[in-house]
Amino acid sequence: MDYFKQDLASLHDLLVKKEVSVTDLVKETLTTIKERDQKLAAFLTLNEQAALDQAAKLDQQGIDPANILAGIPLAIKDNIVTKNLRTTAASKILENFQPIYDATVMEKLAAQQAVTIGKTNLDEFAMGGSTENSAFQITKNAWDQTKVPGGSSGGSAAAVAGGEVLAALGSDTGGSIRQPAAFNGIVGVKPTYGRVSRYGLIAFASSLDQIGPFTRNVKDNALLLNAISGLDPHDSTSSNQKVPDFAAGLDGNIKNMKIAVPKEYLGEGIAEPVKAAIKQAISTFEKLGATVDEVSLPHSKYGVPVYYIIASSEASSNLQRFDGIRYGYRAQDVKNLEDVYVKSRSEAFGDEVKRRIMLGTFSLSAGTYDAFFKKAAQVRTLICQDFAKVFADYDLILGPTAPTTAFGIGEDIDDPITMYMNDILTIPVNLAGLPGMSLPAGFADGLPIGLQLIANRFAENTMYRAGYAFEQATDFHKEIPAIGGQN
Amino acid sequence: MNFETTIGLEVHVEMKTNSKAFSPAPVKYGSAPNTNTNVVDWGYPGALPTVNKRVIEFGMRAALALHCTVTRDMIFNRKNYFYPDNPKAYQITQSDTPIGRHGWLEIEVDGKKKKVGIEEMHVEEDAGKNTHNPDGYSYVDLNRQGTPLIEIVSKPEISSAEEAYAYLVKLRQVIQFTGISDVKMEEGSMRADVNVSVRPIGADKLGIRTEMKNLNSFEHVRKGAHYESKRQQRVLMAGGKVQQETRRFDEASGETILMRVKEGASDYRYFPEPDLPPVHISDEWLEEVRQSLPEMPENRRARYVNDWGLPEYDAGVLTQTKEMSDFFEAAVAQGADPKLAANWLMGEVNAYLNAKQIDLPETALTPVNLATMIKLIENETISSKIAKKVFKEIITNGSEPKAWVESKGLVQLSDPAVLQPIIDQVLDGNQKSIDDFKNGKDRAIGFLVGQIMKQTHGKANPKVVNKLLIASLKAR
Repeated sequence: MDYFKQDLASLHDLLVKKEVSVTDLVKETLTTIKERDQKLAAFLTLNEQAALDQAAKLDQQGIDPANILAGIPLAIKDNIVTKNLRTTAASKILENFQPIYDATVMEKLAAQQAVTIGKTNLDEFAMGGSTENSAFQITKNAWDQTKVPGGSSGGSAAAVAGGEVLAALGSDTGGSIRQPAAFNGIVGVKPTYGRVSRYGLIAFASSLDQIGPFTRNVKDNALLLNAISGLDPHDSTSSNQKVPDFAAGLDGNIKNMKIAVPKEYLGEGIAEPVKAAIKQAISTFEKLGATVDEVSLPHSKYGVPVYYIIASSEASSNLQRFDGIRYGYRAQDVKNLEDVYVKSRSEAFGDEVKRRIMLGTFSLSAGTYDAFFKKAAQVRTLICQDFAKVFADYDLILGPTAPTTAFGIGEDIDDPITMYMNDILTIPVNLAGLPGMSLPAGFADGLPIGLQLIANRFAENTMYRAGYAFEQATDFHKEIPAIGGQN
Repeated sequence: MNFETTIGLEVHVEMKTNSKAFSPAPVKYGSAPNTNTNVVDWGYPGALPTVNKRVIEFGMRAALALHCTVTRDMIFNRKNYFYPDNPKAYQITQSDTPIGRHGWLEIEVDGKKKKVGIEEMHVEEDAGKNTHNPDGYSYVDLNRQGTPLIEIVSKPEISSAEEAYAYLVKLRQVIQFTGISDVKMEEGSMRADVNVSVRPIGADKLGIRTEMKNLNSFEHVRKGAHYESKRQQRVLMAGGKVQQETRRFDEASGETILMRVKEGASDYRYFPEPDLPPVHISDEWLEEVRQSLPEMPENRRARYVNDWGLPEYDAGVLTQTKEMSDFFEAAVAQGADPKLAANWLMGEVNAYLNAKQIDLPETALTPVNLATMIKLIENETISSKIAKKVFKEIITNGSEPKAWVESKGLVQLSDPAVLQPIIDQVLDGNQKSIDDFKNGKDRAIGFLVGQIMKQTHGKANPKVVNKLLIASLKAR
């Protein structure tokens, strides 16, 4: 199956009409993954037998025309727990971990008969922006295998961009869906905080984490978000806001939509080709009848320190459960209880994870709490207020997703601060709990450039409508990476 | 030098909710290890806590019963530490916004009443249990993990071991009345941390305190606090300094023993629990809980004395548990004489409960049956001797007393027309007793009454028998 020639609706149609069997689709998908993953290394675990069994069952039952995802193979980021399917969070500490329950999003997908084809690579515990921090393998960019796919959801992004699957789930704590979507030239959405249940997402930073979809076009993305959204009694932070049909009203008409461009998003540190692509996008929106104004988000410059304090603090607490006692890696040759803790965690956590645990532990310590965690929480409120002011007057915020295109593998790994700067455009969105989308907006030296759209809380519809209009007015999403052409 | 003692108590009470504080697993005592657990209790990757609304409601009940100000907007906090019985490596608690603040509890020692301030009370989750086996392994049972607790922190206003004891007794009584806990010390559903310090009388600063943790007997608290106060005074008198340390109460010797010296405060890195949104208590909810609270023991006690004329002592005994107090009031409402009902409950009923080691609700006794039985005694339908039989029947089998008495033919014989012939018959056969009586030996009456009772299988009304017998004797 050539996924570059399909979208969810067309593939669904083929399955309903039995022009393609689910079994054949799953088999072909597995073959493609095995072949392309020699270059991309997107998957950590394939769900081969279970997927084939499910396919056989679906072929027998026939595909329900009302179930757009029925029989569609999906890739799942490996920090989302899947019952009886190895879930590692790309960490040695969970190397052989077989969960006994399904995340809520997995239950929802199962209810719609989607097929889990496998689990994708990430930065260990979703900490990183390049997927180089995986304990197991380095995933490559679908467009250039010497470049990183971005991160932390690099595996899911590369799998979709490389045509291994039509859609995938990732998670976004500070840009981990949007930035890899930008680097791989696909559509990635971080929904409003609370829109999608976090139950079964291995927590990195509880107040920031959100699961979201990767697809090759805007409409597919909306359809997948439809499938996973909604209040979950297992997650008290999930919202009881009504879930609209995100795919409805995608008609290309965005006349009189009011778009704001924060001047901070096009300032220093943004690469010239990226700036140029965003300026071009602005004029596209204007041509579509939207008004675009410059605004200011004065506190966004504090986003990075605030994020690293809050995210690391929560992570330091969330990751304490990996103690070698009940599941996961346990060090051998230990003398006492403290030894079990210290050695297991020292041996099985990677450097980036340790770095953040230490930063978080420090930020929460009695002597530093007020100056670090508490102060960060206060500044976070100011960042939220910045956005609220803009959304009082505007429908959308527009800017680049990342300051550059994908960087080279190994290029920045020794300079954590540079890596962190990569987060500056995406982080404030998580801090404010807003929905954000990255979609293809150009290329520089053969590498995709991402456009970011940010909407008000629970206004994903606005974001999808604008994204769809932009997509219909441009051809960037039609480009196919070389790896896809070889098929 | 004379010293004064200052004691502060931190009491943990386990709530008897159906499910745990932050997971749907059941709260049950005495199950096989790890059977009452789920992924939330195990700290499983991806699992999230959810607040059991009942826990908030129970917290409100306790806060209101202890005259606390109820916090209307609360958050939860994480208290971080590693231990195998603490699978998430943090405990969900309330360090920023305890559910109740600034309450008080009135105690009475040696006839003197005193209000002890309550600093704050907060809800939190209990940890599991570690067992260290002789086989060299340590075992973890997470059944208790996540059981809701309320921690009640007194102000350091308790000035003697006796006051500490009285505080705990009163606290247990009040909590028992709120219905949020069984407050059973032996099952660990109530445990106390005891802080003791001494200072020279008149000193403005409190002395260095020591702490005894997890005491699960009021008696141990009393003895431990007493010993600790004396020990600290000895240390100071000898020119030494009291160290801030944790000590253990040793049951065998009645002494406290050093466990560990506090080297600075542990850093639990408290921070707001990001997995749980803030909880708001609305006016309506607070009012609903306030309305649902039963009348507290001190009010009931006063009412029993003032309205029903019971002695203070009786009123105190009857209000020790809500069950007893409710039962008593229900029996009175069914027409039982308050004093007679009190006598039965404090006497026969309590003796029965003690002998069987059970609680009142576990018996077949109902207030209406007790009231009926008391009325049968009052109107002389049954004798007090027969009443013991009736009591045994209604507390064991729950029979309706009147019907049972009738069916067993136990109705007292009070009719002189029936009794006189029997008396005459007995007198006819006992000339010697008649002679004794005539010679002033009164105990002959006792013998004759016994004979009459024997003839009537104990059913004769003793009062009537006595009257008729003496008249008959005099007539002979």
